[in-house]
Amino acid sequence: MRKIMVCVKRVVDYNVRVRVKPDGSGVVTDGVKMSINPFDEIALEEALRIKERGEAAEIVAVSIGPDDAQQQLRTALAMGADRAILVKTAEVVEPLAAAQAFLALVQKENPALVILGKQAIDDDAAQTGQMLAALWDRPQATFASKVEIKGGTAVVTREIDAGLETIEVDLPAVLTTDLRLNEPRYVKLPDIMKAKKKPLDVTDLGALGVSAGEMLKVVLVEPPKARSKGVMVKDVAELVDALKKKGLV
Amino acid sequence: MATILIVGEHDGSKLNPSTARCVTCASQIAGGEIHVALLGTDLGGVAPQAAALKGVTKVITVANAANAHPLAAVLAPQVAKLAAPYTHVLAPSTTFGKDLLPRVAALLGVPQVSDVMSVEGPYKFKRPTYAGNAIVTVEAPADRKLVATVRTASFEAAPDAGQASVEAATVDVALPSHTRFVSIAAAKSDRPDLQTANKVVSGGRALGSKESFQIIYSLADRMGAAVGASRAAVDAGYAPNELQVGQTGKIIAPELYVAIGISGAIQHLTGIKDARTIVAINKDPEAPIFEIADYGLVGDLFTILPELEKSLA
Repeated sequence: MRKIMVCVKRVVDYNVRVRVKPDGSGVVTDGVKMSINPFDEIALEEALRIKERGEAAEIVAVSIGPDDAQQQLRTALAMGADRAILVKTAEVVEPLAAAQAFLALVQKENPALVILGKQAIDDDAAQTGQMLAALWDRPQATFASKVEIKGGTAVVTREIDAGLETIEVDLPAVLTTDLRLNEPRYVKLPDIMKAKKKPLDVTDLGALGVSAGEMLKVVLVEPPKARSKGVMVKDVAELVDALKKKGLV
Repeated sequence: MATILIVGEHDGSKLNPSTARCVTCASQIAGGEIHVALLGTDLGGVAPQAAALKGVTKVITVANAANAHPLAAVLAPQVAKLAAPYTHVLAPSTTFGKDLLPRVAALLGVPQVSDVMSVEGPYKFKRPTYAGNAIVTVEAPADRKLVATVRTASFEAAPDAGQASVEAATVDVALPSHTRFVSIAAAKSDRPDLQTANKVVSGGRALGSKESFQIIYSLADRMGAAVGASRAAVDAGYAPNELQVGQTGKIIAPELYVAIGISGAIQHLTGIKDARTIVAINKDPEAPIFEIADYGLVGDLFTILPELEKSLA
């Protein structure tokens, strides 16, 4: 197999407690730790494993975002991607525009597989992979928990509400990863040094013929309604009593 | 006036309860017609269930051998075509809807609003971001088709009170053969469905093993509850993936949620915030789950659970 393209998004780190700005315009990101979206890390790990099995020749990590997203692409290179492309933009890029930009890259790079996280943990939209597959007119296998490459096809097990579904897709195809697909490797220091020498191209979103522009206008960002803290009960009898009073048991 | 198409989820014999919740969301968008599209092979059993939902004005069935399994690549071009006369296209934010609808939106060249949790206007909605830590109000352009998935936990199910007409349709569009169904391993269970159950008993990492996790099933059965699990418990193999509750699993809103041996990571709390009453049982009095629990009990779950089960007998 030829090439795998992995899409990585720069997001607020998984462990950061996100705070909404008092003026309702967004969340606080100044001075906040940024990382690769965890699902995209799983996507990259899967690409690396496919390559290590001799089923892919090259892995290209791509991202759309501000100049600082180069940090996340360097991390991807340190994990083992061969080269990286940043599509630079200062604007908010909605999933449809992201899919259009990835399509432009796909048409240049001609990968056999594009792997993305099933969702980004910032906007939680879970759309980009499916949209790319639609625009590309190729198969999609979302929420993957197991991937096997068999010649010109991929056999993918998907985590769905009812259990596990297995589908077969012709390549090229788009995969999106679920949590249990793999456990991403840790980056070692020598790999970080090596990654500095790997190629990282920067291109502008406009140069791909894609305009960002928000189609969905953000009117307000607010914290969720807090649940009021309840009471501590001392034993099972008190708990059952309370639940019985509410008619819950 | 809004004309709304809902893509109904079903398994060939039963309409998924998430569809009835979408209908309630659609009713709040206000306006005229609410139609439910059902794609499958034989829809004779499912169509009347959709037609009975209060608010639905028409059910459209698309029977085609290619629709035997809900493959997004196969369904999306049909839904995109069916969508032509509508102002809104909705589907539940289940794995079915999450897989399908963005593909439909891209084919239509419009953005999608994911996980609608409240309707603020025909084109204005609230949706959760950052694992529910930031609620965003978004407004979509009114001159374009609105495509959205509905967070089912945020809406009550529409009652059975209607008698909509059922119309069979054929959709003339080329369907791809590049995506093929192979198999499904679905847990067969007589227990209530996790996503729509009134009561849910959930276990976490503290259960310690798949064998010990059985006491969760046992208590759930005693209470007539569905079983859930934290991500930690699923990752450790104590419970199957379809039981996972949280940001990346199922978002639920039962009347009663009992969290056992679950510390309460933000990602888990996101999945249960809409529960009416939350009970937490944990040996760590500092566990974050107690911050949002209505009733907290500190202690060893292996002592508490048998006692609890006995007192519910």
